[in-house]
Amino acid sequence: MIAATQLARRHRFRWWELLPWAAGIAVFFVFPNYLSFATQVLITILFALSLDLVLGYAGIVTLGHAAFFGAGAYTVGMLAMHWGWNEPFSGLLAGALVAAVIGFFSGVVLLRTHGLTLLMLTLCTMTLLEQAANMGAAWTGGFDGMPGLSFTKILGLFGFDSLYFRSQYLYALAMLFLCFAIVRVLVYSSFGQSLTGVRENLLRMHAVGAPVRMRQVIAYTVSAALAGVAGALFTQANGYVNLAVLGLERSAGVMIVLILGGYGRLYGAFVGAIVYMVLEHTLAKAYPTAWQLGLGLTLIVVALFARNGVIGIADSLRRRVKADAR
Amino acid sequence: MSVAMLETRGLCKSFGALDVARDIDFRLERGARHALIGPNGAGKTTFVNLLTGLLPPSRGNVLLEGEDVTTLAQAKRVKRGIARTFQINQLFRGLTVQENVCIAVSERLGVGGSMLRPAGKRGDVIEMASRLIEMLKLGPDAGRRIVELPYGRQRLVEIAIALGLNPRVLLLDEPAAGIPSAETHILLDAVATLPKDIAVLIIEHDMDLVFRFAERISVLVSGAIFAEGTPAEIAANREVRSVYLGSALDG
Repeated sequence: MIAATQLARRHRFRWWELLPWAAGIAVFFVFPNYLSFATQVLITILFALSLDLVLGYAGIVTLGHAAFFGAGAYTVGMLAMHWGWNEPFSGLLAGALVAAVIGFFSGVVLLRTHGLTLLMLTLCTMTLLEQAANMGAAWTGGFDGMPGLSFTKILGLFGFDSLYFRSQYLYALAMLFLCFAIVRVLVYSSFGQSLTGVRENLLRMHAVGAPVRMRQVIAYTVSAALAGVAGALFTQANGYVNLAVLGLERSAGVMIVLILGGYGRLYGAFVGAIVYMVLEHTLAKAYPTAWQLGLGLTLIVVALFARNGVIGIADSLRRRVKADAR
Repeated sequence: MSVAMLETRGLCKSFGALDVARDIDFRLERGARHALIGPNGAGKTTFVNLLTGLLPPSRGNVLLEGEDVTTLAQAKRVKRGIARTFQINQLFRGLTVQENVCIAVSERLGVGGSMLRPAGKRGDVIEMASRLIEMLKLGPDAGRRIVELPYGRQRLVEIAIALGLNPRVLLLDEPAAGIPSAETHILLDAVATLPKDIAVLIIEHDMDLVFRFAERISVLVSGAIFAEGTPAEIAANREVRSVYLGSALDG
């Protein structure tokens, strides 16, 4: 009956789950000069977390996840630019909604396919959006994007100081927490369990009578909404949006983040984003022209020796310690 | 004649020029303990795939309690009570035995799409899964992942999943293949505890098991029903002996 108890306890909070949030708050006080960078890390964590829901849990392999990041980012940008809709929180919701709608409709069509076909079709969807953003210059600013956007107080209460980054960081941290809470509830629910079933064996999942496609589309839509929130935060934090939010580089980057951190394990996004961004930051400083080489080498090492990412290493160490203790 | 639990009428399936099911009229009665035997390549697994909806038939109908389910998708047929095991294990390999069975039970109880309540708080799901795990003597392995289990143990999980769907029709595709012969009784015991009104169709090569289990036997040869009858009739049938049973019984 140990297994039943294990399953019954899995969703409960463990003490160490407080650590990322304690660290997040500590950063605010300890590194006031790095809050701009730290905000970018939070946004990357959120984006990676959204990808983990589909890639890590539901096993949907996609190279077009930036489509939803970009949808959120452009929605906020266009609302601010053309309609003077500058309130951050409602802008965020609008970004999530637009991304979710795109996620739903593309999901209904694309999730009929698997594997390489799916990979290519998600890539195409993103490229279509990218080209739309490029060509619809009157609305999107085209190749130059929309620079110099400004935003008002959050819900009219908290100042949004894009120069000092303080409130912005806390805002991003709060939104990450909110989205994380949603993902955590989802992955430990029966729905989340059925997603892992879809990932592990599609044929069997059909044979236990699960509406597989519907589950996938729901997961894809929620994931798109969360990626939209990340994109919206990106525009709000930086005060600009351009085509880079929709590119293959961003899609591939977030996948690398998950591979580095470990996918299908909730906290992989946190570890991966920090490792990736710190690597990028320090390598780019040390070798401005060839920093990606360092990233590539790290990725090869992880792919060869730590298939489950940094968190996977921690897991196997823990298991080894436990086995030794027995 | 009363309405059969599961019935096929003129069921045909061909892959190009190859006919793998030829005009199969088959009845699985309520509470049946029915075995389907036949040489390799006779089309037994294809027949199961046609029954469950994994494959669409080229012609003919599948009826569940007199209702035509030929065009119904696989998942919908499962909801109506048709469960199966696969000849080659189809399990959630990275998940634990407990999780494997819980996924099936959740779908059966209609909570598989529930997004708010933690799976660990579904006492009814966990209890039902644990009961099945105990029944198939998988208790000690419940917390282990499928990939860590020997093949024979995995076979039992396959059956636990099918039983977790609480079926009215249970299709077992070579359930004993890969189970050490000393453990096949676990399988038979589990099937024996099923409510009497569940119809069970078993495909099996182990004639010992077939004759212990079945009250009725159909012989499939080259995609067509070759003979059907009680175990005694089949064993006495000269033609069946010559095409198939000969080696198994005499050898």
